[in-house]
Amino acid sequence: MNFFDRLMRLDRRWVFLFLTVVCVAGYYVDYSIPIRVTKETRSIYDFIDSLPPGDIVFVAIDYDPSNQAELHPMTYAIMEHAFRKNLRIIFTALSQNGPGMADQAIRDITDSVALDRTYNGIEYKGRQIVNGVDYTFLGYKPYFSIIILSMGQNFRISFPTDYYGTPLDSIPMMRGVLNYDNVACLIDLSGGNITDAWISYGQGRYNFPLALGLTGVMTAQYYPYLNSGQVFGIMGGMLGAAQYERLADNPGLAIDGMRVQLPAHIVILLFIIIGNIGYFVTRRKVQLEGR
Amino acid sequence: MDFTTFLWTTLGAFLTLATFSFLYKDNPFYKLAEHLVVGVSAGYFVIIVWHGTMVPNLFQKLADGDWFMLWLNSTQPWYIVPGILGILMWTRFSRKYGWLSRWPMALYIGIAAGVAVPLEMSNKVNKQLVATMVDINWSNFMGTGFFDPFSGLANLLIFIGVIAGLIYFFFSKAHTGAVGGVAKLGIWTLMIGFGASFGFTVMARISLFINRLQYLDKNWREAAFDSSNPNYGAGFQIVFWLIIALIVVYVVREIMTHLSHKKANSATE
Amino acid sequence: MRRQLPFILVFLAGFFMIFQYFVPHERSEFVYEFLLDWLTIIGGFAMALGIWSLIRVSTDKIRRKRENWGYSIITLAGLFSMMFFGITNWEDGSFGFYIYTAEGLSNSMFRHFFDYILIPIQATMFSLLAFFIASAAYRAFRARSVVASLLLLAALIVMMRFNPMFGAWIETVANWLMNVPNLAAQRAIVIGIGLGIVATALKIILGIERGYMGQG
Repeated sequence: MNFFDRLMRLDRRWVFLFLTVVCVAGYYVDYSIPIRVTKETRSIYDFIDSLPPGDIVFVAIDYDPSNQAELHPMTYAIMEHAFRKNLRIIFTALSQNGPGMADQAIRDITDSVALDRTYNGIEYKGRQIVNGVDYTFLGYKPYFSIIILSMGQNFRISFPTDYYGTPLDSIPMMRGVLNYDNVACLIDLSGGNITDAWISYGQGRYNFPLALGLTGVMTAQYYPYLNSGQVFGIMGGMLGAAQYERLADNPGLAIDGMRVQLPAHIVILLFIIIGNIGYFVTRRKVQLEGR
Repeated sequence: MDFTTFLWTTLGAFLTLATFSFLYKDNPFYKLAEHLVVGVSAGYFVIIVWHGTMVPNLFQKLADGDWFMLWLNSTQPWYIVPGILGILMWTRFSRKYGWLSRWPMALYIGIAAGVAVPLEMSNKVNKQLVATMVDINWSNFMGTGFFDPFSGLANLLIFIGVIAGLIYFFFSKAHTGAVGGVAKLGIWTLMIGFGASFGFTVMARISLFINRLQYLDKNWREAAFDSSNPNYGAGFQIVFWLIIALIVVYVVREIMTHLSHKKANSATE
Repeated sequence: MRRQLPFILVFLAGFFMIFQYFVPHERSEFVYEFLLDWLTIIGGFAMALGIWSLIRVSTDKIRRKRENWGYSIITLAGLFSMMFFGITNWEDGSFGFYIYTAEGLSNSMFRHFFDYILIPIQATMFSLLAFFIASAAYRAFRARSVVASLLLLAALIVMMRFNPMFGAWIETVANWLMNVPNLAAQRAIVIGIGLGIVATALKIILGIERGYMGQG
């Protein structure tokens, strides 16, 4: 058995160990990689940045803990940005474990916005985020396409109360807020096919500005909607989140994580190259022996 | 961070490591984590559906009447209809009455299919076709170069790519001659699309792992040694090192058994 | 009766929804809103089916002492403790059951179980995929033909786009790749999927496709 045969039959646990070592080493070495912002992400940032104080942004937190690595940083960056701009937010969570993700994000951002911070050279005084005044968290309901349709008529059809059981009519911020017509834009952060429902049943039927925050696995599939104008922006995976953090001057877990992406990607690239060399060498050997 | 929160964070770290141990092999720690998460996630879901849907959307609407009259003198007594349809869903488990569950199912499927027809047609087909058939911007044909994604040339390439891709999907005519040539262009375009998806997928998967590294390091290890924390005490480090010791013992034991197996194998050979 | 009535119901509901889209009259909107509201409630009941299955499978495993039955006790313990925390609260010092109000959602144990048990395990389980994709990259991605090489090339460009070693040009090429050939490919797929969904939906409404109802 020669070197390449051995290489091709390597126990995959060595591959796992190698990747782990590289990622951990990459994590502890101090360096940074440039985050260049694409048009897709910038349009989301610019949209939110240009809204006048008091406007309502609808943030749909449609992901489970399995996708938090990519989507939680987006949620944090957008929430921080919106609250600092004195915008108000309506949240929903239409995936099974989504409400817990939203609940966690709201608690963390409430703590963070209470502090004085400077973003992009502008000083923001800390303020207390109040449930019902600054945000409303609607919660989860089953059958997401039906819920998305019904919210286009009236939020109160599917959500007579918010997540905490308060009737929508007695929430100060929801006074006069009937349906999507009263929100400036909707940002869907999703790790599954709920995005399709937001495009076809939400934006497609009720015509509001829609932007997407997607997991890397899904990102490439949604570019056609960007070009056709059905969505006005896409944040793709951890890179998209890092771009938003860069724009908002609020470096978080995504920018920190992108550092480790670089060595990990190089490892995978090397694996592909070694695998291919091994493949061609052994194939040639087989061909030569065949003669 | 107080000590209780740190203990919870440690539990999270332990469960993270327990789940990772599956990469080495299936073991009791992994099985524990796996079974625990199924139960907790199901219990969580029960509560979310109960407080989020059953109570506000059904019971509260029926409950404004007299309790003894149940729903009869509620102001919205008709909500009993979806309630009954919902209960019919549960007849699925009965062999005798299982057919009753088809009624609410039929209502749901009918509605889901009915909304899909016009909306999917308009959003997935019409709007996409319209966006493909744009006038080519001849005055800005080359844009800033070949790789300008918003130039007239890009429009033309998108148009050709979409048509070729669609022709590749069209199986009613054999892919030979001119059709075959265009279909070949179609499959090339599709492959670039799949390649781009794959590139993004690699980033996505690695992100998930990095996230766990960040949890172990930032949330757990840093908290264990963060002496600026007003609630900090010796307990933090003791708990941290206990978990590390547990892992080291496990790893050493695994290596020992592995080596003794190897010895036994070579002895029998 | 048992078989025909559901198909009539599917037809009527489906037809009404299409009709309502094209004729949004006040009356049809009224019915539309009612149907959407009712479906939410039916959905709530439907979700319970899965939980019941889980309980049944787990108790069955424990009763018959099947292999690894001990772990099923952990599943049930997780399930019932989460349900218990979700309807109780003792944040203000006094313990109370809150079945019809949502105090349980802010029970700290309910939140801690989510934050420190559910999130770590679920997130880690999915992060195992990072390792499997690395091993797949090593074993499966071969430049066997022109088509496969094209896929690999596109993947490599997208993967290397944030590598500072290559300079800014790779980002330009990757951006073009996403917005031009990738867009064309995905659009062809989207159009295909859209036509597929519409065709299936029509077949269901018209009763041509009946497999979803099961036997009996």
